[in-house]
Amino acid sequence: MSTPISTATSTPASGPAALQARPRVGSSFRLQWEQVQQSWVLLFPEGMVKLNGSAGEIMKRCDGARSVGEIVTDLEGSFGVQGLQGDVLAFLEIARGKRWIEG
Amino acid sequence: MDTGEIKKALQATNGPPLWLLAELTYRCPLHCVFCYNPVEFALTERELDTDGWIRVLREARALGSVQCGFSGGEPMVREDLEILVAEAHRLGFYTNLLTSGVGLTEERAALLKQAGLDHIQLSFQDSTREMNDFLSHTKTFELKQRVARMIKANGWPMVLNVVIHRMNVDCIDKIIEMAVELEAEYLELANSQYYSWAHVNRDHLLPSREQLQRAERITNEYRARLGDKIRMFFVVPDFYENRPKKCMNGWGNVFLTITPDGTALPCHTAKMLPGLSFPNVRDMDLRAIWYDSEGFNRFRGTGWMKEPCRTCPEQEKDLGGCRCQAYLLTGDPANADPVCDKSPLHGVVTEAVAKAQRPDSERGSVQPLVFRDPKQSRRLIAEAG
Repeated sequence: MSTPISTATSTPASGPAALQARPRVGSSFRLQWEQVQQSWVLLFPEGMVKLNGSAGEIMKRCDGARSVGEIVTDLEGSFGVQGLQGDVLAFLEIARGKRWIEG
Repeated sequence: MDTGEIKKALQATNGPPLWLLAELTYRCPLHCVFCYNPVEFALTERELDTDGWIRVLREARALGSVQCGFSGGEPMVREDLEILVAEAHRLGFYTNLLTSGVGLTEERAALLKQAGLDHIQLSFQDSTREMNDFLSHTKTFELKQRVARMIKANGWPMVLNVVIHRMNVDCIDKIIEMAVELEAEYLELANSQYYSWAHVNRDHLLPSREQLQRAERITNEYRARLGDKIRMFFVVPDFYENRPKKCMNGWGNVFLTITPDGTALPCHTAKMLPGLSFPNVRDMDLRAIWYDSEGFNRFRGTGWMKEPCRTCPEQEKDLGGCRCQAYLLTGDPANADPVCDKSPLHGVVTEAVAKAQRPDSERGSVQPLVFRDPKQSRRLIAEAG
């Protein structure tokens, strides 16, 4: 729980290192699908962030096993679109800043 | 706990009771002078049993509740707490325990961990033993420090909650340093709100403007110095604002409280409001309670408003403020919350605030502090007739 998150400033926004990272949901958050809200939410002490569609699709793939590169490929395959890398990296940088993801 | 984000998220959703507050019991070993349990709590006789609470949890989860707070009184006095936490966890709730720490032994902490408890919010009355024990009328300070360490040892995130008021606001630096020492992730510097027992004791509790400004300044200095180490929330008591708060983020909009006897409320103090009947989970299922009951629909939206709220351009922003505060201070829950300076009755707030600016020595006789306990509760009920 108290592991310091030091990657927020040292991870570059793009480049090979960013694509090789294997992000996972931050230790103080829980990601789950909410049927009633029809969305992915992040839960934390006494609070909730409701994720929009694309944020949910990215976050649910952050399992600590897949690399960012693999996540991008998977998303592009799942939705039949190309060129998502920039958007995914931008979101992950924001998510890392908010501690929604680690690693 | 970024309040802005939570609020945005909550507003974007349309209506399910995302937050379930299960007030398991009014029994409590503490006697805090600012307790928000009803002053009439001694009238509560029959608590919901284990099966009753399990049904509440299942029905609420099916409605879309996702945060569950186990509160009280002191929830640790319920011997079935671990069973209820386990069920809430199984259902997919994020489970929060709001406790004074009394009764949280190593054994019970291990059982709660096993049951899937996600988070503990520990309340402190102040950072010094003398003040903590005085304000809660017990000898609990060292116990709380032990419990705080136990929470950390079990890997739970910890929110320290300290109710701030006239008698401890000048010790804000010590309170923050204690929270840092205990490695709390979050520190809620929760200025007392003036309902229930805090309403009875208001003259003792409402700080002066100077006290508040100093405390806020010191909090900001610590924020700058500590950075990400600890997140601190400091909310000014709304007596010092000129617009009311959007109470509970809207009546019957997000929050559902179930009291120890099974009464369902849109906020934990709403039972005081006259002329409203609130359903009991023993008689009605939660879906009907939330969507169809008179009690939950009465102050939803803006249709119930009187002047000045009815034609106010800001009506959607604060929804007229707090119904309980309107009732306590003006006698009519449909009035504008008198914290608002557009209220013709705003004077009751400015008077209380003016009184709070005078030093204690110049305020003449103030009634003694009333500690929350069953005897005082029965006395207050008798006096209210």
